[in-house]
Amino acid sequence: MDTLLLSRIQFGANISFHILFPTITIALGWMLLFFKVKFSTTGESKWMDAYMFWVKIFALSFAMGVVSGITMSFQFGTNWPGFMETVGNVAGPLLAYEIMTAFFLEAVFLGIMLFGASRVKSWVHTLATFLVAFGTTMSTFWIIVLNSWMHTPQGYELIDGVVHATNWFEIVFNPSMPYRFVHMMLASGLTVAFLIAGVSALRMLWGDRSESVKSALRVGIFTGAALIPLQILAGDFHGLNTLEYQPAKVAAMEGNWDTGPNVPLVLFALPDQDARENRFEVAIPNGASLILTHKMDGVVPGLNDFVGENGEVLHPPVAPVFFGFRIMVATGMAMLLLSWGGLVLLRKYGADSMPKLALYAFAGMSFSGWIATLAGWYTTEIGRQPWLVQGVLSTKDAVSDVPAGMVLSTLIGYLVIYGLLVLAYIGVITYLARKAARGEALPTRNFPRRGDSNVAALQPGE
Amino acid sequence: MDYFGDPAVWLPWSFAALMGLSILIYVVLDGFDLGVGLLMPLADDAEKDRLVASIGPFWDANETWLVLAVGLLLVAFPPAHGIILTALYLPVFVMLIGLILRGVSFEMRAKAPLAQKKLWNGAFFAGSLMASLSQGFMLGMYIMGLTWTLPHVGFALLTAVFLTVGYSFIGAAWLIWKTEDRLQARAIGWAKGGIWGLILGIGAISLATPFVSTRIFDKWFSWPEFAYLSPLPILSVGLVVFLWWQLSRMPLRNDRWSWTPFAAATGLFTLAYGGMAYSFYPYVVPETITIYEAASAPESLFIILLGTMFVLPAILGYTILSYYIFRGKARALRYD
Repeated sequence: MDTLLLSRIQFGANISFHILFPTITIALGWMLLFFKVKFSTTGESKWMDAYMFWVKIFALSFAMGVVSGITMSFQFGTNWPGFMETVGNVAGPLLAYEIMTAFFLEAVFLGIMLFGASRVKSWVHTLATFLVAFGTTMSTFWIIVLNSWMHTPQGYELIDGVVHATNWFEIVFNPSMPYRFVHMMLASGLTVAFLIAGVSALRMLWGDRSESVKSALRVGIFTGAALIPLQILAGDFHGLNTLEYQPAKVAAMEGNWDTGPNVPLVLFALPDQDARENRFEVAIPNGASLILTHKMDGVVPGLNDFVGENGEVLHPPVAPVFFGFRIMVATGMAMLLLSWGGLVLLRKYGADSMPKLALYAFAGMSFSGWIATLAGWYTTEIGRQPWLVQGVLSTKDAVSDVPAGMVLSTLIGYLVIYGLLVLAYIGVITYLARKAARGEALPTRNFPRRGDSNVAALQPGE
Repeated sequence: MDYFGDPAVWLPWSFAALMGLSILIYVVLDGFDLGVGLLMPLADDAEKDRLVASIGPFWDANETWLVLAVGLLLVAFPPAHGIILTALYLPVFVMLIGLILRGVSFEMRAKAPLAQKKLWNGAFFAGSLMASLSQGFMLGMYIMGLTWTLPHVGFALLTAVFLTVGYSFIGAAWLIWKTEDRLQARAIGWAKGGIWGLILGIGAISLATPFVSTRIFDKWFSWPEFAYLSPLPILSVGLVVFLWWQLSRMPLRNDRWSWTPFAAATGLFTLAYGGMAYSFYPYVVPETITIYEAASAPESLFIILLGTMFVLPAILGYTILSYYIFRGKARALRYD
C-alpha cells in the first residue's frame, strides 16, 4: 500500500475514533441540562440521580473527545500538508473560530460543571452546564461548515492555485451546510437517545427498578421516537442536495451505472467496479427515480458518466459508499421500528413491566447510533473521492511525502490503542450501569450539598 | 487593515505573537499538569487521588492551549505547519498517544472497577511521560533546525529529559501551592529533586542556540544588544537562586508564600521562552522560512484577528474565573 492510501486509512481511523465521542457529548450535554432543569423545577430527586449517572459518562466521553481531537489538529500537518497550503485561507479561519468560540468554552466550563456544584450557586452550575452544551454545538457548527464547504465550495477565488476567500457569508452558508448540520445534530440526538434507552434497559434487566432508571428509559424512547422521523426527512433532503451538487456520490450510493429514467432502488447487490455492473441485484423497480426525483421516470445520474476519456475513474469507489449508505439506512429503519414499538409497549405496560424481549432489544441497540453515524460519514466522505475539496483539490495532491512504512507503523499504533480504548469505554459504561443497578450509593441524595462531608468513601472523579 | 501600515507585515507579526503566547501558556499550564502526572509513581495511593484532584478541573482547558497553538500555526503559517509536523512525524505520534492515554486514564482510574485502578494509574504516568519526553525532543529538534542527524537527535534526547524533569519541577511547585501537610512536604522534596532539570535544560538550550547559526550568535553577542538582553540571564539566575533558597526553608508557617515556587517557575519558563523567541524571530521554520513568507492571505488573517480580539479576552476571563472558583487547597473531586 502507498502513502496516500495509508494516510487516508489513518485519517479515517483517527476521525472515526474521534467522532464517536462528540456524537455522544453534543446531545448528552443538552440532555444533562434537561435533567438538571427538570430537577430544579420539580425537585424530584430521580432527575438528579439520572444527572449524576449520565454526567460520569459525559465526563468520560468528553475526555476521550478532547484527546482524540488533539490528534486531528496535528493530522493536517503530519499527513495532509497540501490541504492547508491550498485551502488554508478558508479552512484556517473556520478552524480558528471553532477553537476560540467552542473548545475553550467547553473545556473551561466543563471543570465547573463537573466539579463545581458544591462551590458555586445552583444557577451558576446550571449555566455552566448550558455553556458546555452550547460549546459542543458551536463546535459542531464550525466543523460542519468547513466539512460542508469541502463538499460544496463557494465564495472563493483561485489565485496561483491557492484558494482565497471572497465572501464569508457564502462560505459559511454553503449549499450543503444546513442539511449536514441538521443531519449531524439529529444523529447525535438519536445516538444519545438509544444509548440512554439501552443502558437504562440493561439496568432494568439487572433488576434496577428505581424511578430514575424508568424515567431515563422513557426519556430515551420518547426522544428516539420523536427524532427518527425527523432524521429520515432530513436525510432525504440532504440526499436531494447531494444529487444537485455531487451526482457521482449519489450514483455510487444507489449503485446506478447508467444515467437514465426509471432507475430501480437497489436493496442489495455486490457492485463490481471492474465489470461496471451489479451482481446479485435485488431491486424495486423505479424506486430510486421516485425517491430522488419524486417521479417514476425521473432521470438519475449513473457512474459511467464519471469516467474520463482514457478510462480513468472520476467517481468515488462504489462498494464502500454503496454499503455505507445501506448500513446507515438499515440502522435508521431498525431505530424507527424499535423506538415506535417501544412507545406502544410503554403505553401498554408502562416502564415498570416492559417485556424482557423489548429490554434486550434496547440494550442491544445501545450503540446503534455509532454504527449509523460512522456509516453515514463513510458514505459522504468516501463519496467525495477522488476530491478532498470537491473540484478544487484532489486527495492525492494534498498528501505528505512521509514514507509509507512510517505511516503504516503509526497507523497500527493508533489502531491498537483505539481498539483497546473503545473496549475499555464500553466496559466502563457497562460497569457503571451494573454498579448503579446494584443500587450502590450514587453520591447525590441530598443535592445540592455544600462542603465536603463524608468524602472518604468516594473515589475522586466520581 | 492598513491603519497599522502594511498588513502583510503587522498581521504575520501579530499572529506569531499570539501563537508564541499560546505556546507559552500551554507550556506553563499543561507543564504543571503533565508534571503532576510524572510525579504519580512517587505518591502513595491516597496521595495519587489528591494529585489528580489538584489538576482535575483544569487539565481539559490546559490542553486546549495546545490545540490553539497548533491551530494558529496551521491557520496563520500553513507551509510551516506542514514542514514542521512532517519533520516531527514520529515524536508527534508519541506525544498524541501519550496525551490520549493520559486523558483517558484520568477518567478511567476513577470510574473503572477498583481492580483496574493500578493499571490506569500506570497509563496516566506513562502518558504523561510520553507527552513530556516527546515535547522536549521536539523542542531540541526545532532548535537544531529540524534535521535528523545523530548529534541533533542526541541533543534532542537531552532536551527531552531536561524538559521532562522541568515539567515535574513545575508540577511539584503546583502541588506545593495546592496541597497541604505531609503531601506538601513531599512536594517540596520533589521540587528540590527536580530543579536541576530546569537549570540544565535552560542552560543547555541557552548555550546551544547561539551556536546553531551565526545569525543567532550575532543577535546576542553584539553591542548594544548584549546590554539590552542582559536582564534575561540575570533575572533567570536570580529566580533560580530564589527558588533554591525558598525551597530550602519551606514549608513556612501558616502556609505563607506557598504560591511563590510556582510563580518563580512560571517566571523562569517565561524568560527562557522569551530568549528563544528572540533568537528565532523572524523565522518560523528555523533558518528556512520566516513568518512573513509563510503567512496566509492578509484577508483571512484579518478575519481571524477580528474574532480573536473579542474572544481571547473572554477566554482569559473565564479561565481566570475557573481558577478562582477552584482556588485554595485541592479537595477530593466530586460531582455533587
